[in-house]
Amino acid sequence: MHMNTENNSHAKVFTVCVGGAAGDGIRETGTSISSLLHKLGFETFFSSNYPSLIRGGHNFSRISFSKEKVFNDHRTIDVLIAINAESVKVHLNDLKKDAVIFVESAYYDDVRDLFPNTVSLTMRGFAEEVQSAPIARTSVALGAFCYVLGMTKEKMNTLIPEVFAGVGLHRNGVLAEKGYVYVEEKKLSKIEGVEFGEGLHGELIDANRAVAKGMIAAGLEYYIGYPMTPSTPILHFLAKVQKEHHLKVIHPEDEISVMNMALGISYAGKRVAVGTASGGFALMGEVFSFSGIAELPVVTIVSQRKSPATGVPTNTGQSDLRFVLHAGHGDFPRMVVAPGDAEEAYYAGAHAMNLAWKYQVSPIILLDKHISESVSVADLDQEKIEVNKGKMFNMTEGGENYKRYAITEDGVSPLAFPGMEKVVTKVTSYDHDESGIGTEIPAKVKEMGEKRARKLEYLLAEPELKGAVKIYGDKESEDVIIFWGSTKGAVLEAAKYIEKPVKIVQILWVEPLAADLLTHILFHMHKIICVEGNSSAQLAGLIREKTGVEVTDKILQYDALPFDPMELAEKINALLAQ
Amino acid sequence: MNLSTQAKITWCPGCPDFAILVAFRQTIEMLCSEEKLKIENIVVGAGIGCHGKIADYLNMNTFNSLHGRLVPALTGIKIAAPHCKVIGFTGDGDSFSEGLSHLVHGAQKNTDITLFLHNNQTFALTVGQATGTSPKGFKGGSTPFGSVDEPFVPLSLVLAAGATFVARTYALDIEGTKKIMKAAIEHKGFAFVEIIQPCITFFDTREHFKDLVYWIAENEYDTTNFDAATLFLGKENGKVPLGIFYNVIKETFEEKI
Repeated sequence: MHMNTENNSHAKVFTVCVGGAAGDGIRETGTSISSLLHKLGFETFFSSNYPSLIRGGHNFSRISFSKEKVFNDHRTIDVLIAINAESVKVHLNDLKKDAVIFVESAYYDDVRDLFPNTVSLTMRGFAEEVQSAPIARTSVALGAFCYVLGMTKEKMNTLIPEVFAGVGLHRNGVLAEKGYVYVEEKKLSKIEGVEFGEGLHGELIDANRAVAKGMIAAGLEYYIGYPMTPSTPILHFLAKVQKEHHLKVIHPEDEISVMNMALGISYAGKRVAVGTASGGFALMGEVFSFSGIAELPVVTIVSQRKSPATGVPTNTGQSDLRFVLHAGHGDFPRMVVAPGDAEEAYYAGAHAMNLAWKYQVSPIILLDKHISESVSVADLDQEKIEVNKGKMFNMTEGGENYKRYAITEDGVSPLAFPGMEKVVTKVTSYDHDESGIGTEIPAKVKEMGEKRARKLEYLLAEPELKGAVKIYGDKESEDVIIFWGSTKGAVLEAAKYIEKPVKIVQILWVEPLAADLLTHILFHMHKIICVEGNSSAQLAGLIREKTGVEVTDKILQYDALPFDPMELAEKINALLAQ
Repeated sequence: MNLSTQAKITWCPGCPDFAILVAFRQTIEMLCSEEKLKIENIVVGAGIGCHGKIADYLNMNTFNSLHGRLVPALTGIKIAAPHCKVIGFTGDGDSFSEGLSHLVHGAQKNTDITLFLHNNQTFALTVGQATGTSPKGFKGGSTPFGSVDEPFVPLSLVLAAGATFVARTYALDIEGTKKIMKAAIEHKGFAFVEIIQPCITFFDTREHFKDLVYWIAENEYDTTNFDAATLFLGKENGKVPLGIFYNVIKETFEEKI
């Protein structure tokens, strides 16, 4: 990792933004640009922003790139590709002084006086000339972007086929060349200071796909989901690849059905996951509690949107940490992992699946729209993942002796499934005895509750949980920035611009929390700055509850947008200077 | 074959649920002794309500679900363990009040599961309120002046939704119930059986149903004909017919996915 908070030096970060209406292919253009940059060896971070509608409205894709790791995209723009006039107006205040705007020629006159370096680009016109659908017109801008980036035309022409991988390749190639030549003839100045990347590695992926791949690597067999932004792409992705990975993907009538179906699958001994957004998970609450008492493992992905209720459906937020930590009525062991980027989401998917079966607990993987849909370069290594099937009942003991909830030292009862010879396996949503028959006998109720609770001690000793508090930056500093989830990107990107050395702490597994370790890290610190995407400082409250330490400062954002790293750096610098 | 457990049976003495339990155990013994089923390959689900206690009284694989949520759980079990015969017990509160959408979608999918509805037309375990199948005017704790809704007709509803086996029996007719249970379990696809089960404590309809129930003749009409079945179940003649009203074979959910 290229982090230089000690000497505060870092490679320059550049940002290109594509804006237009929904239906203009804005996300696709962002994908093409980040793919091209990745193939050139750049580190990239690509976020998409769109309102909750299908046609019209303002959409934009923003890609920040650099020679060094980019943890989050920046709001300030070097190159703006504007498919309409509105895009120029929306992003006008975000343009760097020497930025360039490529605007669709039809709108040039509307916006030419707004910003000096505005270039009219015939996008729709060129597309019509080569009898291409209007959607391909952004390839003209891609060509123009390649020119100002300082690529040769030849280099561009060798990369375009890889970027488009056969889809409308010819016309996109022709259009990109037209765009390149058009701005070349105008002798436009190139972006200054671009250092090309150090070599291609990893893959471009968002946390939604990464978490799905991680679960597949750990033996996922069934995925049940009901569409809800921002979790829908997980459902779509797994539905698409289900045959090649021998999965079954089902979309039932509602989220309540989703979770109940998953419990049935788990009872039958198959590895299953469900995915939803915060509101959908609220519907699953009672069933989640059932998974707790019945000890039926299901991996649950919750991708937060801006809550409460329907909230801002296509924007982000981190206001559901407390909600998932306390989801489901009653006392039962819970697990919550909050990955901060696609790479962590991949391993969280795999670890959650394995720990779910090892401990017969249902872990929650907490994402949010910002990482669910932002694409960055990630190194995903399937070799690092093994499938842990959990503790199985030894059939030589005789199926007739099987007890689903046998009391054990670590709280984990051996598993057996319907269809195994002479086995009777009983699960119930009632409190129950060892054989799974309902009970109201106080001693048995207590004994079974304690059996379930014992799992937590053993869980905390797992390597994944031990590494659940990650430390970055200056490890000797007495000032700390602490965060969880997708804020990782903005914090680590901001760290490049933080003037004073600072220790940076990420809570990856929020439950069970490695409280002793965290207390050790935070005790006697000078400043503790908690950065969160909610208004109630949910992590700060949790730290107080679990460690007794009160954070000294909070930086909270709750306008449904992710943090901008530069703005965040300014706020942190101001706090550290006090 | 011992299908009973250590659990103490806590239904009211004389409850027709005992008759349903006896009929079911004998049906399972029959199917297993005829080698049509292996006991370890049967999963029995139950919802929440008086009917749901049956799970504890069966020495078999059981899944005692949440209130109103049995059908999706059984669907999950069937798709994950297609070698298993999946049978569920539900109540009128458990299927026609809470979670009705699951029942409708289960029938639509034609998952290979068998569902036995204990229809006592009241919430009994919560001491007597009106359910989705209670007659209009039902007086209970939440409707002291009488309920205002017309009741659902369970069989018409599941038939319209896509169930491929639709039947009704009377709990106190154990031999009749066994025949229907056996046919329903042997059916491949979504089989739905309404068991009229008077609640002797909160809504004692034994006298009412005693003279109204009758078994339909085998050739009453073509039970593979959807329109004929719909028409028959919709007829009101003051009587309560028992028997198999609809029985067709269609591709099941787990075969389609």
